[in-house]
Amino acid sequence: MSHEPLIVLDAVNKWFGDLHVLRDVSLTVDRGEVVVVIGPSGSGKSTLCRAVNRLETINSGSIRFDGKELPAEGRALAKLRSEVGMVFQSFNLFAHMSILDNVMLGPLKVRGESKAVARERALALLDRVGIASQADKLPVQLSGGQQQRAAIARALAMQPKAMLFDEPTSALDPEMVGEVLEVMTSLAKEGMTMIVVTHEMGFARAAADRVAFMADGQLVEQAPPAEFFGNPKSERARDFLSKVLQH
Amino acid sequence: MDVFLDPANRQAYLDGFLMVLKLTGASALLALVLGMLLAACRVSPVPVLRALGAGWVHLFRNTPLTLIILFCFFGLYSAVGVEFSEDLHVNNYWLAVTGLSAYTAAFVCEAIRSGINTVPVGQAEAARALGLSFSQNLRLIILPQAMRSVVAPLGSVLIALTKNVTIAGVIGVAEASSAMKGLIESNGDQTIAIFAVFALTFVALLVPVGYGFSALANRLVVRR
Repeated sequence: MSHEPLIVLDAVNKWFGDLHVLRDVSLTVDRGEVVVVIGPSGSGKSTLCRAVNRLETINSGSIRFDGKELPAEGRALAKLRSEVGMVFQSFNLFAHMSILDNVMLGPLKVRGESKAVARERALALLDRVGIASQADKLPVQLSGGQQQRAAIARALAMQPKAMLFDEPTSALDPEMVGEVLEVMTSLAKEGMTMIVVTHEMGFARAAADRVAFMADGQLVEQAPPAEFFGNPKSERARDFLSKVLQH
Repeated sequence: MDVFLDPANRQAYLDGFLMVLKLTGASALLALVLGMLLAACRVSPVPVLRALGAGWVHLFRNTPLTLIILFCFFGLYSAVGVEFSEDLHVNNYWLAVTGLSAYTAAFVCEAIRSGINTVPVGQAEAARALGLSFSQNLRLIILPQAMRSVVAPLGSVLIALTKNVTIAGVIGVAEASSAMKGLIESNGDQTIAIFAVFALTFVALLVPVGYGFSALANRLVVRR
């Protein structure tokens, strides 16, 4: 892995009204690095993830992507977002379109690719995530795990420089978590830059280059997974791990 | 019922309803397009457009249609000089369509806006995350889903419009209620029968519209 920063958050602060959800968060993600963000609910990890493609605006601090400050709005922001894939907890596949059309939409409408090119790549991606046979179905006809894999394919179709995963398995039935994590693990192995917000400690151990632990809006500590899980430095992280790893 | 045995009377009846259909068709189409544009304005991030959309809805939804149609004739045509055609009948027809469309668009706009609110916010977020612009998001993701959820309410708007076009009679457009008035004036002994025939014709026209839109709504509903 080169140590070339792709995503740089510097002293980011965000309030929801009186609630201080991000407190002076600074985090650097290198190209090809997989950072897994864990922490208790309400710790600000989803907000952090969503701030990187400006689905959440921030009140102070700066976020740079690929060397450039995030654009505030308009065409420049749309272009940035097209370079950052996003996978949501609730899949958010376009409900009125087939799976194939979901995956082709971005390349066709944002990139202006030809139908043939977009279709070929979409089918290859659906095959890769193991749902090629579902291409012509509507999202509602697929299981949660299949929908989330389709959503990953939709994000990958834009050939993004980085992928953001906002609790991608939290809405899934337990037996479908594995199939989604498998796709994510293979992406991580191929060198995709990823920020993953999750409660899946197994995934964090296996696929992360670095674990970032958040609590009460602060980035409390960050370390490689072996170090973080084996020897957490902060009291807050020890407390959290003792609760989630007990069972 | 022998009033309808006279071919001239039958023709007046048929012409009246033909005019109802012509007014409804043109106004429905224009109101749908205008209503969609207004709904887009009302949800747009541009404050001026939002104000324009809100202003239109408040003004036209809360003004009696009779006033609007009269304004189209006495204000738009007589005072301002807007003329669609030299032919008085054609001119009055388009003046009526103008008023009907402006009025109905306010209701179409509000129906579509309520439809937009049924589309989960995640749909728009996913579209933004892909890099779609606001107008692409609206055209490709939000409106197609919103329109499917408002098919039934739009059916009600269409039914209301079909009945409302009879107000065009006040500026001399020869629609069904004018035809009915003419027939009653010359056949005072059959008033009830004439009323019944015109009323039942409206019912016969519009009951299938109601059922049709319900069926269409069921078929087009977006399953989540």
